[in-house]
Amino acid sequence: MWNFSFAPVEASTYAHRVDLIFLTLTVLSTLLVIGVVAAILYFAVKYRSGREVDRTPAKISHLKLEVTWIVIPFFLGLGLYVWAAWTYFGEATPPPQSMDIYVTAKQWMWKVQHPEGMREIDELHVPVGQPVRLLMTSEDVIHSFYVPAFRMKHDVLPGRYTSLWFQATKPGRYHLFCAEYCGTSHSMMLGSVVVMEPAQYQAWLKENSTPNAVLPDQTPTEMAGKGPEDPMAVRGEALFQSRGCNGCHGANAHVVAPALRGVFGNTVQLASGETITADEQYVMESILDPQAKVVAGYEPIMPTFQGLLSTEELAQLVTYVKYLGSQEAPAQEQQ
Amino acid sequence: MNTTVLQENPTYLSAGYGWKSWLFTTDHKRIALLYLISITLFFFVGGFFAVMIRLELLTPQSDLVSPETYNKFFTMHGVMMVWFFLIPSIPTVLGNFLVPMMIGARDLAFPRLNLMSWYLFMLGSAFALIAIVAGGVDTGWTFYTPFSSVYSSTHVVLTLVGVFITGFSSILTGLNFIVSVHTLRAPGLTWGRLPLFVWTIYATALILVLATPVLGITLALVAAERIWHVGIFNPALGGDPLLFQHLFWFYSHPAVYIMILPGMGVVSEVIPCFSRKHPFGYKFIAYSSLALAIFGFAVWGHHMFVAGQSVYAGMVFSLISFTIAIPSAIKVFNWTATMYRGRIYFRTPMLYVLGFIGLFMMGGLTGLFLASLAVDVHVHDTYFVVAHFHYIMVGGMVMAYLGGIHFWWPKITGRMYPEAWGKFAALTIFVGFNLTFFPQYLVGYLGMPRRYASYPPEFQVFNVLSTAGASILAVGYVLPLLYLLWSLKYGRRAEPNPWEASGLEWQTSSPPPKDNFEVMPVVTERPYNYDPEVPVHDPTR
Repeated sequence: MWNFSFAPVEASTYAHRVDLIFLTLTVLSTLLVIGVVAAILYFAVKYRSGREVDRTPAKISHLKLEVTWIVIPFFLGLGLYVWAAWTYFGEATPPPQSMDIYVTAKQWMWKVQHPEGMREIDELHVPVGQPVRLLMTSEDVIHSFYVPAFRMKHDVLPGRYTSLWFQATKPGRYHLFCAEYCGTSHSMMLGSVVVMEPAQYQAWLKENSTPNAVLPDQTPTEMAGKGPEDPMAVRGEALFQSRGCNGCHGANAHVVAPALRGVFGNTVQLASGETITADEQYVMESILDPQAKVVAGYEPIMPTFQGLLSTEELAQLVTYVKYLGSQEAPAQEQQ
Repeated sequence: MNTTVLQENPTYLSAGYGWKSWLFTTDHKRIALLYLISITLFFFVGGFFAVMIRLELLTPQSDLVSPETYNKFFTMHGVMMVWFFLIPSIPTVLGNFLVPMMIGARDLAFPRLNLMSWYLFMLGSAFALIAIVAGGVDTGWTFYTPFSSVYSSTHVVLTLVGVFITGFSSILTGLNFIVSVHTLRAPGLTWGRLPLFVWTIYATALILVLATPVLGITLALVAAERIWHVGIFNPALGGDPLLFQHLFWFYSHPAVYIMILPGMGVVSEVIPCFSRKHPFGYKFIAYSSLALAIFGFAVWGHHMFVAGQSVYAGMVFSLISFTIAIPSAIKVFNWTATMYRGRIYFRTPMLYVLGFIGLFMMGGLTGLFLASLAVDVHVHDTYFVVAHFHYIMVGGMVMAYLGGIHFWWPKITGRMYPEAWGKFAALTIFVGFNLTFFPQYLVGYLGMPRRYASYPPEFQVFNVLSTAGASILAVGYVLPLLYLLWSLKYGRRAEPNPWEASGLEWQTSSPPPKDNFEVMPVVTERPYNYDPEVPVHDPTR
């Protein structure tokens, strides 16, 4: 009980910047409270009823004074707003060299899939100094991924991907909390983020990859030797075949459904006339709710895979579609 | 005032006896008392759950009750306190009692509708109480989907129905106030002469009428998804869980102002009276109430910075949330300036109101922390938020409510409360409150999430402090209940105007006659015509 502190440890590049804003807000607020309370106490003592003191009626309104105490706090507030919003906005887009890790939340656990195919439960191992982007979704209710040491939090929703990125600065083991109330064992939906030196992280990967990373039996042959190397995408490719996706979306079947090479990360023209960037969220939505945003020129005939894929499988498929996106689109498909 | 006059003109309390004279009354003053009794009951029901929460959190493990029970406790604490105490508190008790008297009317515009509001309120609360007795509800007072609409296995629908029905009571009460203020003002009582309390009740009524329907619709949609599996919020049925949050906060953020504006009204009455001064910047105080009511509708997205709404939406909502701090700041500065060159009396209501200013400032300023995007990402859904809104709703609204109850107690009951006990209770509440909730700012910044039945041991010291404070606070809340009841029989009889206050409600006997005034008042001067140079006779003599 007595082992406590007043400031949480700063373990990400973001943490210190948040603390600085917090500290500034604290100092300014304290000054304002002290100022007003001092004025109240001063008036309360000076003008208390029993005391003989000058009470010649003062003005009952004073425009200049009112404007002063509106304008000064307003611009102070505006400055703080810009600072905090700028920090937040700058943090909204992850750096391009980020490592993608998929996180699935469910009542009441955290499931993690590393790009190397490693899976963990209620733990997330990351290397220090490496930007990490988490792509998160939930299997049931809304959860929230919260690591106080990183000053980072984002809700995890069913039916869509939300993301959060961080760059850890300090090796150690940090609390991972679920911050959005999610039912009976909400307060036990705890985990740890383990930040390791890169060398240790590599060692940890090697040590743990064998029993967990079960690769599919058959090697996909469609692209004969040019297939993905990333284990998650490899699994995704296997699913792409076993679930029959390649029947319509395969390289030779682009008539019924759009082929997927060169699509990810680019703009897609929709039947509704809108355009959308094909990101993880769009791919996921197109698998779960195919009629929502149909690509221009195609019939809305794809069946939904809602309930037929686990969130892990979904993440693997998305990773594979992403891999396809990095491949050059065949010439005849370009319109 | 001698006894013959009293016999000729019975007070509203002696105008009729027996339960029928109360349950079928259309007198706004009697209806106010019906509300007073009901919400006092609900306050202590909600308070019981608060006590259980604090006891459970004394230790890091979930040991006193099971996590299921704990989740129900904090849910029912929130539901009771928000919908059945805070939202009705000042508007339905002091508002009902005072608005007609302050505007020089015999009653509200629709007296029977007013009685119907109370019946709807009681019907709604009956559903909520049945839900509690039947086993409770565990969704949190915010009913987030899809947890509430699909996954929770508790009495969600029963509670939703309760809140839904209570909403109609809010709407009708708001409507009644708006129409009354527009049509029933005494001759000469221009808008610029309206008491500031009436301004805040008017602003509150606007929110009640405009926002509550959205809540009703939203809760009905949750019930539809829960009962008939209509896909609205559940993504598995093609719904959008964030839609619920948008709709819910579109009501519930304005509702925050329902829960503070009337308190500001009480402060704006008490400070001038016990400073013997016209309020500094009357117009700024009055218009800032309307500003809060209007801008309150444009900030709901600040509850959703990390919920998955777009980054740009977050930036806009953050900006508007910063600007809405200005009307509140205007009020605080003007109240402070009102004391300058006044003649200050430290009666119990004044102590509550001074406490209000300090605590409301702390609650309001930490609101700016939460409006700051980068900071909110860290402290959202932690105890920092819990501390913030308790400083506003309990440190602000409950203090103001108690201050108002003491201030108008002589008018309502015709009896004085015991001054020494009053001051003692006010100080106890102030100390207990700060000890309870200040540590929660610290533990929230350290990262303790809210709604946790168990927590890591390094957070314990703050929770122990908080529980210690809560025991002091509990004593502070029981005290007024006891001595105010005592004063009904043994309190000194009150004069018509014991504080020598301005305002039409003080120009009639205490308690007032059934029709409020012997002679209907005509207003010929500005409000708050206090003179700081003239001492008041000692009201405690």
